[in-house]
Parts: sequence; C-alpha cells; structure tokens
Amino acid sequence: MTSLAPGSSDSTSLAAVAVAETAADSHGHDQHGEHADARLFGLATFLVADGMTFAGFFAAYLTFRAVNPLPEGSSYELELVLPAINTVLLLVSSYTFHRAGRGLLRGDHPSCRLWLLVSAALGAAFLAGQMVEYFNLPFGLTDNLFASTFYALTGFHGLHVTLGVICILIVWWQARAGGRVSSASPFGLEAAELYWHFVDGIWVILFGILYLL
Amino acid sequence: MTLANPSDFQPQGQPSPPAPSAGLQPEGWLRYLSFSLDHKVIGLQYLVCGFLFYFLGGALAGVIRTELASPISDFVARDTYNQVLTLHGTVMIFLWIVPVVNGGFGNYLIPFYVGARDMAFPRLNAVAFWLIPPAGLLLISSYFLQGGAAQSGWTAYPPLSITTPALGQVLWILSVLLLGGSSIFGGINFIATILKLRRPGLKLMQLPMYCWAMLGTSLLVVLSTPVLAGTLILLSFDIIAHTGFFNPALGGNVVVYQHLFWFYSHPAVYIMVLPAFGLVSEILPIHARKPLFGYTTMVYSIMGIVVLGLVVWAHHMFTSGTPPWMRLFFTIATAFIAVPTGIKFFNWLATLWGGKIALNSAMLFACAFIVNFVFGGITGVALAQVPFDIHVHDTYFVVGHFHYIVYGGTVFVIFSAVYHWYPKFTGRMLNEDLGRLHFLLTFVGFNLCFAPQHWLGLNGMPRRVAEYDPSFTTWNQVSSVGALLMGLSTLPFLINVVVSAYRGTIAGDNPWNALTPEWLTSSPPPVENWIGEAPLVTHPYGYGTPTDRIDLNVATGKELWVGPDR
Repeated sequence: MTSLAPGSSDSTSLAAVAVAETAADSHGHDQHGEHADARLFGLATFLVADGMTFAGFFAAYLTFRAVNPLPEGSSYELELVLPAINTVLLLVSSYTFHRAGRGLLRGDHPSCRLWLLVSAALGAAFLAGQMVEYFNLPFGLTDNLFASTFYALTGFHGLHVTLGVICILIVWWQARAGGRVSSASPFGLEAAELYWHFVDGIWVILFGILYLL
Repeated sequence: MTLANPSDFQPQGQPSPPAPSAGLQPEGWLRYLSFSLDHKVIGLQYLVCGFLFYFLGGALAGVIRTELASPISDFVARDTYNQVLTLHGTVMIFLWIVPVVNGGFGNYLIPFYVGARDMAFPRLNAVAFWLIPPAGLLLISSYFLQGGAAQSGWTAYPPLSITTPALGQVLWILSVLLLGGSSIFGGINFIATILKLRRPGLKLMQLPMYCWAMLGTSLLVVLSTPVLAGTLILLSFDIIAHTGFFNPALGGNVVVYQHLFWFYSHPAVYIMVLPAFGLVSEILPIHARKPLFGYTTMVYSIMGIVVLGLVVWAHHMFTSGTPPWMRLFFTIATAFIAVPTGIKFFNWLATLWGGKIALNSAMLFACAFIVNFVFGGITGVALAQVPFDIHVHDTYFVVGHFHYIVYGGTVFVIFSAVYHWYPKFTGRMLNEDLGRLHFLLTFVGFNLCFAPQHWLGLNGMPRRVAEYDPSFTTWNQVSSVGALLMGLSTLPFLINVVVSAYRGTIAGDNPWNALTPEWLTSSPPPVENWIGEAPLVTHPYGYGTPTDRIDLNVATGKELWVGPDR
C-alpha cells in the first residue's frame, strides 16, 4: 500500500475535534424514536404501495375482461342499487371523518368522538351491505373468471374497510379527553383519516370499473 | 465487534452526551440477535443474515453445476433438481441480493449520508429485518415437507406452479410475500429518511450518490413490489381455492400472470443493481482520489433508469404471443435504458481517468464490476431485440446474461463494499493478500462459469433442464469448473472476515482518507453516530484539489480536515 494506507491518528483526531466544535448549534433528533414529521409521509408512501396492489388487480380484471370470454350463461351484469347506496355511505363517511378532525383541532373532544362513531357506523353499514350483496349474488367464487375477480377485488377492499373501522374505533378511544390523540398530537386521527379517504377513493374506482363499466 | 468507547472520541472539555435512548437493548454481540432499533446493528444483521443465505444459495448452485457436469441425470433426481433450481433462484434473489444491497448497506450508510442519528422509522426497520429469517426458514423447510419445495423456478409461472405439488408452492408464495413486505417497509423507510431526515443545510444535490441510488431503488420497490404481492395472492387462490385466474383449464389467462410478474420482476433487476451502482460510485472516487465524474448526470441517469425500468417488463415475454406493437414498444424502451446506463458507465471510467488508483481488494472488485457489467449490459441490449431474443429465449444465453448482471454486477460490488466498509464496521482492516486471492479466484471462476453459457445458449441448450445433448458436454464441464473455483473463492473470504475481526490491523477512524460522513466518526461508530453535531458534508467527493489537499466544509464554513500531502 502506498500513501493511501490507513490515515495517521493525528489527522483523524483533528477531524474529531472539529466535528465536535460544531456541536454548539445542536438540533439532534430523538435518537431511536419514530421521527414525528415523517410519519404521515411514511403512511402516504405506504398507501402508494397499497394502491399499486389495487392497480395490479384492476389491470388484471380489465385485461381478463378484454381478452377472456366468459362461459355460456354467465354475464358481467350486477345489481346496482345496493352498491350505489354503499358508495354514498362511504363518501358520507369521508365527510363525517373530516368533521371529526375539525372537532379535534378545536379541542372539542365530544364532537370529535361523535363524528368518529358516525364514521365507524357508516363503515360498518357498508360492510353489512357488502355481505347482503354477497349472499344474494347468483355466482360463487369459482364459477367463472369474472366471479373470481369480483370476489377478489371487493374482498380485498372489504378487508381494507374492516381494518379502517377498527382504526377509527381505536382513534375514538384515544381521542377521549386526556387520551393519546389531542389537538396537540393529532397524528393518530390524521393517519386514520388519510387511510380512510384512500379506501374511499379506491372504492370509487372499483365501483366504476366493476359495476358501471 | 465491540462498540467503541465514546470517551476515546470525546474531545477534552466537552460534557458527556446523554445516555442513548436505546439503553434497554442488550450489549455486545447479543445486540445482533435482538430486536435492536440501531440502524447500524440492523444493517449488519441484514448483511450477516444475507451472507448465510448466500452460502446456502451457493451450495445449491454447486448441486446444479455438479448435475450439469454430465449430460444425463445422475447426481440428483429430476424433481429434486427442479426444487434445487427454484430454491437457488429464490434464495439468491430474495434472501441474499435484495436484502444485502438494499437493507444491509442502505441501513448502515443512509443515516450517515443524510446526517441523521437513525432511520425515520427504527421500529418498522427492525420489523422489516426480522421478517427475513422466518421467511427464509419457511422456504427451506418446504424442501423437507411432503412433495418437497416449489419446482416452478423463481418465476412460478402458471400453469406449472398450479400443477406441481401444492404445499411447497404455497410455502414459497408465503415466503416471498413476507420478503416482499420486508422490502416495501424498507423502501418506505429509505424514502422517508432521505427526503425528510436530512440534516438542515444539506441539499439533495449534495448527497452522496448512494442516497440517490437508494431513493430510486426504493421508489421502484414501493411501486412494483405490491403488484407482485397481489399477483401471488391470486396465484395462491388458484392453488388452494381452485379459482381460475391464471389457469387456462378454468378459463384463466397465463399471460396476465406474466405481465404482472414481470411488472415487478424486471424492476427487481434494478432493485438489485441500482444500489450497486450507488455503492461503486462511493468506492471509486475514494480509491482513485478523484471527484465522482458527472454527479448531475449520474442523478438524472438513476431517475431515468427508474422511469424506464417500469415500462420495459414485457421484453421478458417476446415469445408469449405478445402482439407486434407491444414487441416494438418494449424493444425500443429497453434499448433506451442503455443510454442512462451508458452515461453511468462512462462516468465511472472518467472518474478513474487520471486518478491516483490504489488497486486494493475493494478497487479490484469495483473495477471488475465495470468490466462484467458492460459485458452483461451488451448482451442485455442484444436480448431486447425481438429476432435475437426469439432465438435464444429460455436458453443458457439468458442465464449467462442474467448472472453477468447480478453476480458480475451486484455481487462483485457487495464484495468490494465489504472490503471498503469492513474497517468502519469493525475498526479493523481486512487482509489484503487474502483479499486479492479472493478476487482472483472469484474473477476467474465467475468468467469461466458464465461466459461459456452464452455459447451454450446460442447453440440451443435450454435452461432449467437437468439433462442436455451430449454435444454440450465440454463447455458445461468448463462452466462447472468455474463454479468450483467460485465455491473455493469463498474460503479466503470467510477466513479473512472472521480472523480479521480479531487479528486485523487496527483501522483507525478513516483509513481511506475519505470525505463521506460515515468516515468522520470513530470505527465502529458510537450509537448516536457522531459525538456532537453531525458534520455537514456539502462536497462528498472533493478529492484531488489543485493543492492535492482534502477540504471539508462544515456548518461553520471552516476548513475541517486536511488530508496528508502526497
């Protein structure tokens, strides 16, 4: 080895002193805690990933529909009334969740918790409607390609709604006066709200291509 | 490996730093078996775990090459060969390269490079690592269960994956889903850390190149891995619930599986090789004592590869009945990737040009990477051309090309990076003589193993088959000898990393006189990375100034450290 051999201890300790000199304007992070500013950003990134899973399912469904003919006697027709009501329920729940967020920012915990309960109830009603639809459909999971894709897509979305309702109830518990979620630390509610709007948005696309197309 | 005593590094007169918040973590080597939140511990966990799987995958490759040393099926049974082949591919891709080159070096280096104490989400980080060992055990255990491991290759194409024994295939899917989840969590963490945790005053265009490579890679991970996850869930429905998504017998469509699979698995090549580009961009300037050539074009090239990498997947499917317009589009898009890749290649050459090159082990592996990669890149452009691809599709030409990219490219860089950063990890140098022996055996063995496979493929030897026409025997035996050399090459490496941890020369804080922030602290670094404020490194490649001195601008604007005059 030439002059690039391990540096003399002189030069490196010089660096050490100089680095330490700048410690005066310290701004250090919480060393091994979650970084507060990045949490919503991280969740949004995760939702992009989650959205890509749906995008893959949508692409598969649209390709199946364009390329693979259904067997005799089956069709893409679906009853529209119940899913349309379900769509309205989810859209309204997005609004009620927004009201809960405004309540929390005002410091009005009872109002926030009431609107959270309403949102959770609307989500549960959506799931109930989905169940009613499932039990009244003329096809089962393995009947044909459309049936399989239908159940996979709505089922995967229903799983997201279920998780969302559980999250709302957790936030409802945390938003009690003196709880973890407050106007000073609204992250739990903001995260649940972002997720809930995402689940609603996915449903609107899903409703469009599965029921209307 | 022991944690450096912070007091060694603490200048006189400074108050001791407060005890780190990770105080409940175990001390000493037990940290590496714990749910540690320290990014450096997690990085080394990824690295060591990855190397264990590398040795397993290498042993499986040994079985494959032993079987292929003769044209008849005589070493293992045919379906065992299929299982070994599938396990080799899956272990090497999902348990070795992706975790090591992303999770290993990424976790260790990225917080240093952005001037942070840790990753943005340390707990998520630890979860992401601890998904890997169970996923690996799940995969391996499937070999010993009824029906054996999956037999459909790492691509798991239906209908093959639906008709082969179900249990092994389902465990394979579960394992890959866990690993995909781990990869996505890691990707989210890297994006958040690079974009949100930068030290105040540090601009994006001042980051070391590896940060850009990891940002691009993580974007690919976040955008494409979920698609694979969704596809594998549908495939598992086909196997378990007998739906017909990808089963032609039930009205399904196998080509849709291929599209969705390659939508992930082509970007996966960039997930494996972009971080290697980043690492080599860190290593070359330091050992050539020159600034990285063309920083800005490097950044745009990485982002160009990310964008193009997402729209070229169907070049794996030219023989799957893809319509002519699709072939045309994907041929052109693939050929375009050669442009940003070529820019990076020439930038590396220009970095070396006129440099004061130290041909140590790290540099040997890094330079060999450039040679191997340009060869693999050229065969890649050839494969993108439909008429040529139709001729060599599913032959050993593809196997040769792929290994030139992934072994000759990424694995060479991993070795280079181990020689380069081992002093930082442990505080001790690796032995140079053993390192050069390791390099020689690896380089000769690698080229002997994979170069003849191009010739075999051009002459029509199909991949993934245990038996072949006797006229291919000679070159297969050459290839097997190469594989044997590669196997032998791990011995000096293993001896080196183990013995040097105890007996190696003490490295000091900055043995390479490097400027990037991980070297401006003790070796190994303290839990909080730096005692005191993180240094603000705005010119991470400021080597070879006219006076041949090394300057470092920190927040104070003061010249911090002057390299030895040479």
